Amino acid sequence: MNSLEHLQEKVNYDKIFDCVQCGYCLPACPTYETMERETHSPRGRINLVKMVAEGKASVEDLRDPIEKCLGCMACTTVCPTNVQYGQILEGAKEVIEEHDVKSMAQKKVEAFLFESFFPSSNWMGTLGNATWLYQKSGIQKFVQTTYLTALAPMRLGRFERVLPDLPSPFERAFRKRRVLPDYKLRTTVAFFTGCVMDGIFFKTNQHTVELLRLAGAEVLLPKEQTCCGALHSHSGKGLSAKELAMTNIEAFDLEDVDYIVNNAGGCGAKMTEYPHLFEQGTEWHERAKEFAAKVRDISEVLVELDGLTFTTPVPRTVTYQPSCHMTNVQRVSEPPRMLLNNIPGLKVKELNRPDFCCGSAGIYNLVNYDESMEILDLKMIDVIERKPNAIITTNPGCLLQMKLGVERHGLEGEMEAMHLVDLLMEAEPAAK
Amino acid sequence: MGKWMDHLTEVLPEKQVMTELADRHSYSFDASFGEYMPEAVVQVKNKHEVASVLKLANEYKVPVYPRGSGTCLSGGPLPVHGGIVLDMSQWPEEIDVHADDLIVYVSPSVRTGDINQAAEAYGLMYAPDPSSAHVATIGGNLAENSGGPRGLKYGVTKDFVIGLEVVTPEGEIIKTGGQTIKNVTGFDLTKLIVGCEGTLGVITEATLKLMPKPPAVQTLMVSFDDVRVAGQAISKTLTSGILPSKMEFMDQPCIQAVENFRPAGLPVEAAAVVIIELDGRPEAINVEKELVENIMKEIGATRTTVPETGEEAERIWHARKQVSPAIAKIKPTKVSEDATVPRSKIPDMLDRLNEIKEKYDVEVVVFGHAGDGNLHPNVLCDKRDQEEMERVELAVEELFQAAIDLGGTLSGEHGIGTMKAPFMESELGEAGLDMMKRIKDSWDPNNILNPGKIFPEKGQKLVLRNE
Repeated sequence: MNSLEHLQEKVNYDKIFDCVQCGYCLPACPTYETMERETHSPRGRINLVKMVAEGKASVEDLRDPIEKCLGCMACTTVCPTNVQYGQILEGAKEVIEEHDVKSMAQKKVEAFLFESFFPSSNWMGTLGNATWLYQKSGIQKFVQTTYLTALAPMRLGRFERVLPDLPSPFERAFRKRRVLPDYKLRTTVAFFTGCVMDGIFFKTNQHTVELLRLAGAEVLLPKEQTCCGALHSHSGKGLSAKELAMTNIEAFDLEDVDYIVNNAGGCGAKMTEYPHLFEQGTEWHERAKEFAAKVRDISEVLVELDGLTFTTPVPRTVTYQPSCHMTNVQRVSEPPRMLLNNIPGLKVKELNRPDFCCGSAGIYNLVNYDESMEILDLKMIDVIERKPNAIITTNPGCLLQMKLGVERHGLEGEMEAMHLVDLLMEAEPAAK
Repeated sequence: MGKWMDHLTEVLPEKQVMTELADRHSYSFDASFGEYMPEAVVQVKNKHEVASVLKLANEYKVPVYPRGSGTCLSGGPLPVHGGIVLDMSQWPEEIDVHADDLIVYVSPSVRTGDINQAAEAYGLMYAPDPSSAHVATIGGNLAENSGGPRGLKYGVTKDFVIGLEVVTPEGEIIKTGGQTIKNVTGFDLTKLIVGCEGTLGVITEATLKLMPKPPAVQTLMVSFDDVRVAGQAISKTLTSGILPSKMEFMDQPCIQAVENFRPAGLPVEAAAVVIIELDGRPEAINVEKELVENIMKEIGATRTTVPETGEEAERIWHARKQVSPAIAKIKPTKVSEDATVPRSKIPDMLDRLNEIKEKYDVEVVVFGHAGDGNLHPNVLCDKRDQEEMERVELAVEELFQAAIDLGGTLSGEHGIGTMKAPFMESELGEAGLDMMKRIKDSWDPNNILNPGKIFPEKGQKLVLRNE
């Protein structure tokens, strides 16, 4: 196979022809809006991938437009011809990874994340415990005041300031791996904890399990589960993603489990896409399909079970920032809103453009900090117009980003960012 | 090249001049056929910047191609001779509704759908509704004189323009028309600029007419077991004292493609359907609805569906919108035409299309705005198959000829651009085309603005194949 043929196979060249270049994706693309050029639009990116596959441009020419794509997939929802942009984008990222033309910013962040945290089999708790130690030991304060972590390009310091207080390692170690409802057993589900969710938003995870239990579910937390692999796929590390997927498919290969529940829009999206990682006709492809068919967001399961009643009014005004991957990949958009509408006393104000990405986008806000903040600022204008006292999210990346948005705009006294699950707990749910 | 490029960065902020390969590739295409590399892409944000670019272009004899959102289906913004793509899409957006005068002032980068939305806040509407209105800019719509389904009752873009601000090819800023409905002062340059496909000037502001928004609409979907009867039904309705706002046609392959793509409850057994929208006062619509139902029964329609709720009606129109993506599933490449014939000739045109389809063994599906004779025959093919594309070229040529033979025209609403240029003389005649060319030559003596469009070059033929 010559190198052009190899490139064409890698970038899913045949799928590019589904794009008729109508431009209907332009108004949906956040980076086209902020970066003001076709080069940073879905249609422009797809065309550049095609040019590279035809030898008319180099992989280096492709790097910047692809690295600056949020991967929010808003374009796929408005695309009239159903172009598989996600697969074209991941193919392009693998080509960039293979050709080793990534920018220094991208390389540094990836080295930090994938080499320090993700490869270790026991990293989930480790990340959280390290963060806990870091907060409790006072290092956090030291670091924040000395700008140690504000070093380009990661600007981790900006994010550290918005981290929640974490549970101690003991709490984490003694978590229950199986819980049962008090009354009627309606279903058995397995809970996918996610790595950032479990590491940083451990309490939200515990709340998720409790909500499921109250709604009538037996909840299992398989111990062997691992990272969903979304960040790996989005960084062109398809092979690592595949290995992680296999571990998860094994870990969740449990009888009598109706759903594999998660509370992170991005992870849920990746897991519904597991079948793409394996060749059609193989046993793993079949297993991945079975796995993916069971994946559900917590909001979907709570709406379906309809087993909760909320006992305390929540006198808040909130706005809802949906996770792009939940909307555009999982195609789940109504259930979270239905739950919000069920909370007594709660006022919900829809954003003007809820489907416009917040700029978090996996590790995008670490790699492309400035571009990400431009998008976040547009989002915050929309948020501020609603005058909420909470921004509700359904994904850890969005949650951190919205917390950052609140801080960045000096609104700490006025509003907070929270996960939908934590808001539901405020209404003191009980079994129906 | 170096010299004009240096000069460009002197007259414009650096950020607005793009010369990187990736950027140039990104402005080398539109929604039609072909890629052509420009040397630079320039984003302009006010009329003085446009004027400077055009003056410079005249000095160095560099071609300039104005571009909006690049949704053009006829190649209007393609930089066919290299040079400068003039990206108008990042111009600050301005929509200034003067409700008392029923007019609106807009900047060229405004999306057409946004104009209508702004008008609706005052109980008014901007009638032209091309299907790309949510993406396309008004500047592009004006340059191409875009149409849309509502053209049947209300007319097309040119019928809604009363004044323009234009930068001439030589870089002078002029005003045409004004703010009044009646205006006979001198030549109507406004109408000359609208539809000039960016060859005579760059539009930097437009004054558009608004009209009262009809308070109610009613949709009807009529099925036929004979395509010719569907054609007759359209003429019969229009000669019975009823002017619907839309009359859309879909043939059986389109219906079946939609049902295979995302089932919408269309009658798959029907040879054709006509979707009608009536608009106006509710009382008037009720009367017209019954009249249309009776006409359809008399002429031999197999079924007339009258949706009871807005949602049901919405579903029918959604199905119509799905035609484009659905037929793209039959084969990946769509050659989308807009040859238009006098309304009474629709049945004949449908027969001719059938003959062409058989003769060249190509896939042709037909839908479109049948009420005004503006059909959209689409040839479905695969541009990677050179042999097939050769047959498609012959079929399209014959399709154009068929429209002209029936007293119609090459293009109802997409524009001539590059693809249809070779057929201009057969519609207009040698002298007719020459008069147009003389206008172009006197407006643009150096042939700076959008060269290679409308007017065929010597020996130019329709080409859909890549070399």
